[in-house]
Amino acid sequence: MRSYDSVQHVRGESKFVDDIAAPEGTLFGYVFYSPIAHGKIKSIDFNETLKVSGIHAVITAKDIPGENQIGGIILDEELFASNEVHYVGQPIALVIASDRVASHKGVKKIKAEFEKLKPVFDPREAFEKGNLIVPPRIFSLGDVDSVWQQCDYLIEGKVESGSQEHLYLETQGALAVPIEGGGVKIISSTQGPTAVQKIAARVLNMPMNKIEVDVPRLGGGFGGKEDQATAWAVMAALAALKLNQPVKIILPRQEDMRMTGKRHPYSSDYKIGLNKDGKILAYQSWYYQNAGASADLSTAILERTLFHSTNSYFIPNVKATAYCCRTNLPPFTAFRGFGGPQAMFVIESAIHKAAHVMGVDPSFIQKKNLLKEGDEFPYGQKTENCRAVKCFEENEKRFDFQSQSVRVKKFNDESKLYKKGIALMPVCFGISFTTTFLNQASALVHVYTDGSVNISTAAVEMGQGVNAKLMSVASRIFSINPDRIRIDTTNTSRVANTSPTAASKGADLNGYATIDACNLILERLKKVARELLSADESSTIEIKDEFVHMNNTKTDVDWVKLINHAYVNRISLSAQAHHSTPNIYFDRTKMKGDAFAYHVYGTALVEATVDYLRGTYVIDSVKVVHDFGTSIHPVTDRGQAEGGIVQGLGWMTLEEIIYNDEGKLLTDALSTYKVPDIHFAPKELEVHFLEDVPNPYGPFQSKAIGEPPFMYGIGGYFAIINAMKEFKPDKEIIYNAPITNEKVLMWLHSND
Amino acid sequence: MEKLISFYCNNELLSVQINPAITLLDFLRNHKKLTGTKEGCREGDCGACTVMLGSLIKGKVKFKTVNSCLMPIADVSGKHVVSIEGLNNNELNFLQSQFIDEGGTQCGFCTPGFIVSLTNYFVNHISYNVEDAIASLDGNICRCTGYVGIKRAVQNTINYLDGGNSTNHNPVNHLITKKILPPYFSELPKKLKQLQNKTGSSLKQKGNKLNIVSGGTDIFVQKWESLLEEDNYFVSDDTGLKLISKKQNKIFIGGAVTVEEFLESKIIQKYFPFLKEHLRLFGSLPIRNRATIAGNIVNASPIGDMTNILLALSANVHLKDKNKKRVVPLNKFYLGYKTLNKKKNELVEQVSIPIPGKNFLFNYEKVSRRTYLDIASVNSSILIAVQNGKIKEALISAGGVAPIPLFLKSTSKFLSGKELSSSTVNHSIEIAKSEISPISDARGSKEYKTLLLGQLIKAHFIKLFPELNVDEVLK
Repeated sequence: MRSYDSVQHVRGESKFVDDIAAPEGTLFGYVFYSPIAHGKIKSIDFNETLKVSGIHAVITAKDIPGENQIGGIILDEELFASNEVHYVGQPIALVIASDRVASHKGVKKIKAEFEKLKPVFDPREAFEKGNLIVPPRIFSLGDVDSVWQQCDYLIEGKVESGSQEHLYLETQGALAVPIEGGGVKIISSTQGPTAVQKIAARVLNMPMNKIEVDVPRLGGGFGGKEDQATAWAVMAALAALKLNQPVKIILPRQEDMRMTGKRHPYSSDYKIGLNKDGKILAYQSWYYQNAGASADLSTAILERTLFHSTNSYFIPNVKATAYCCRTNLPPFTAFRGFGGPQAMFVIESAIHKAAHVMGVDPSFIQKKNLLKEGDEFPYGQKTENCRAVKCFEENEKRFDFQSQSVRVKKFNDESKLYKKGIALMPVCFGISFTTTFLNQASALVHVYTDGSVNISTAAVEMGQGVNAKLMSVASRIFSINPDRIRIDTTNTSRVANTSPTAASKGADLNGYATIDACNLILERLKKVARELLSADESSTIEIKDEFVHMNNTKTDVDWVKLINHAYVNRISLSAQAHHSTPNIYFDRTKMKGDAFAYHVYGTALVEATVDYLRGTYVIDSVKVVHDFGTSIHPVTDRGQAEGGIVQGLGWMTLEEIIYNDEGKLLTDALSTYKVPDIHFAPKELEVHFLEDVPNPYGPFQSKAIGEPPFMYGIGGYFAIINAMKEFKPDKEIIYNAPITNEKVLMWLHSND
Repeated sequence: MEKLISFYCNNELLSVQINPAITLLDFLRNHKKLTGTKEGCREGDCGACTVMLGSLIKGKVKFKTVNSCLMPIADVSGKHVVSIEGLNNNELNFLQSQFIDEGGTQCGFCTPGFIVSLTNYFVNHISYNVEDAIASLDGNICRCTGYVGIKRAVQNTINYLDGGNSTNHNPVNHLITKKILPPYFSELPKKLKQLQNKTGSSLKQKGNKLNIVSGGTDIFVQKWESLLEEDNYFVSDDTGLKLISKKQNKIFIGGAVTVEEFLESKIIQKYFPFLKEHLRLFGSLPIRNRATIAGNIVNASPIGDMTNILLALSANVHLKDKNKKRVVPLNKFYLGYKTLNKKKNELVEQVSIPIPGKNFLFNYEKVSRRTYLDIASVNSSILIAVQNGKIKEALISAGGVAPIPLFLKSTSKFLSGKELSSSTVNHSIEIAKSEISPISDARGSKEYKTLLLGQLIKAHFIKLFPELNVDEVLK
């Protein structure tokens, strides 16, 4: 089944925000931002800007009729800096001009003076100074302190993982159009239309019902447009209402990279204790999350780090502590995995180091400690339908780990300048917003008299294929050709109070809501059919392949005829349904609860080759066994897995965010920030769908897919490290991602 | 400042009065409302803005891909611009449907660029192979798919187009038959010929304060906005600057010859057969289609690929200002960071390279963060002749380790006349280190760059002289 979106994409006919024909008189906004990391605004002069031809206005904090506050969870973020600036790239003013070039010129003419204050960039330094956004969060199970002495091996270490730019191909942007009665319509490239609506209402000091947010689709989001699309949309709305003209803001790539937050860098410590059989008895970890200048989603991300601190393993004694550290960098934000990958990299590093100390292969320890049915996570939930072992063993078997190891060893014995490494990477990822109330969605379904169907939900299509899945579930419920179904834009006037499309949960929540809404209509239609066919109560009525079937026999009543009959009999052909995930909760006073509807499992086998002379490497292959549940749309699911893996490899290898000593981003363009290209992507990438694994907690037995595969990329780090180790078996290993060419070469050839 | 520019845009003849410095991207999106061509980075690094450009050459239309974000509309005069919209039939074509069915499209923002690049590959080949087709996507970034679905779509389309045989055919007609190209493509040679007769070269203008703009692949990254207000002299279609010729023992390359024209040139392939492989590491195909040899030289980037190679090949720069001409050896052309031995009005008319003697071997090494479409952390070229175990002559260059593209004068001098041995190699590295002054930046720390240059010098010798004892060289 081909989705409407994909057909538009390959023809170049899909409309993103900047492609939509803007109304006549649309003005362009361009942001002036702080050039320093921390300081007070002493003076700011727009006189020269206002002289530039084409400039209409400069908007600042003073123009805000409501609150100058865009914080989502914690109210600590101004739309425009009013007195103090906290990072390079923080918006201070918006220049409005009749065209883009003039707006850029206008910004260049702004003269601002600052009194510099001392910035902090390192999360551990922020921690030392007490700059925490919230008090430390702790998850614990058993009692680590009482078991350390029982352990045969005790290993401690430090692990660093770097930031990551989302690099959605479509940069952030919005178009705001004033509407009658002082309201505004905002077309936004956001994962959270309701967040935009709510915060616009707060800033503009008007009720939410005067603000309509419409999201046609996103040219990629990956979490980067969950919270951080809001500012631009609200700025455009503010300017549009002030000038009573439509205003568009599209961030140029470099500005997008400089001003927006990215994946959180983490600096972590761990202590792991094992017995001589390789069983992990205790694990303690400390995460220093670099949150940036304001909270954004950091606290929720911090929690997910704790949820995933033990990845796919059962460890009876765990204590995991996380610190949300405020620094003078752009607020770090949601990014595929949401703090989970950072946690998994730490435990995998701990296992890797322990294996080195014990003289065993890391896979020995991994396998020994995999989650089994009924095992308890550090947050109290117990596994159900646990497939950790199944995926791991299926991977070993299908991709023949043993003989691969032999082949790699043979290669390494014969090769002087190149060595290979392989690594297994199991993943277990919990599905649900850990903030329980967000686990709700609704759908509005209309059937028109020609039989076509229009569906609106809270889900935003950003390439993850949620529209294809919604189309698929609706066509199954109605048993009609999917071509009859259109998934409409995400719009706050049609579907209200939406949760952001995030946490891999879009298709689950909105899929269930769509199923419920379709079923409401279906029941009415069956009743209509019963009357039309004069069927008695004992007869069965079904719609199958576009026709009404009575007692399992096809009738001549087709879908369109049925719809028309319903319409003339004044039966509603519209339905709205609301879905909330049942039986989940999380008690933040105890840090315990059944936080997730279910878990996703899988295992990857990664192979890499390192070049001794040049310090470069190639990821040769990634082979995965993944638990998709029963896939609703296999093309979409496979694509999500493949794309997630390569993005995860990017995070672990090529992608390096570098700030200079003054907090200015050096890697602020695609020429300096490199993401995987078609040559870098592994030559061989195979994803095997684990067979016969229905999931009772997903629509049509399916499972969520967006985030979990990202973490297979972590296996790339260890494959490279294992290859490096072949050159220098006794040298102390580094656990500092990304493992760039520079780090490889320096490790291989430096003398220390 | 506006000019009348006539060209075919998809199936439509356009004559527009327009500022010639406007980029093709902005023209397509803002003036023509053809929004399938996307702005992803505006620096030629993502390929979302890729379009095909057809030029009439000897009666045939030759297509190439370009980054429309770096392409002044001036340079499309008399040509055929093909955006994604110009490839659409009423029904999806096979390539498009494969992108959907194999999961080659997710968010869709990069997709038009990929389809255009691949179509251009098929238009330019009479037989296909998957690796070459994939290599033609070296300028397209996709953040969603991991490229796996795209590779499957490429493989399936090749199978479909080959149809069991790959006999010689006219690619355009073949693709029209296979419905990959819309039928109007068959009319274009005739239409472009009529257009060419009408337009001629009306854009040339001579003045004193002109920017000389050739491929534009860097100047449009640096200052596309100010170019709109300046007087520019667009030379990339100046036929007088497009020649590659051999005179005596030298090859002369015109100032507007692009990197791709250079590496596809029969003359270059004959006398410098080793360059083709190395120059795949230069930019991407759409960049190589526009970037010129002369532009890479005057850009003076300390990490340019072409300059690095040309330094080891002892190239000369031929400058011209009206009727005044002079020749400067490339290794004397750079005076300091982005400072040239060239006056503002002097134009690089030609670059000349002496043909190396038969005994000479060449190697180019480049390490960048990512292997393809990336700027080097450090690069190095060597041209070396060894006879009876002795180095007769060695010329070695290094990029990314000084404010200028660096010829390693002392290292080259040291190597010449020495015995070919691991100790010579290691000694030469010490000398090279004394010639360089790397800085720490986004492409690596100075310690890394220093170490890396030494490794690349070792790589030169290990690669070119298998007889050397590798363990000793590695020490």
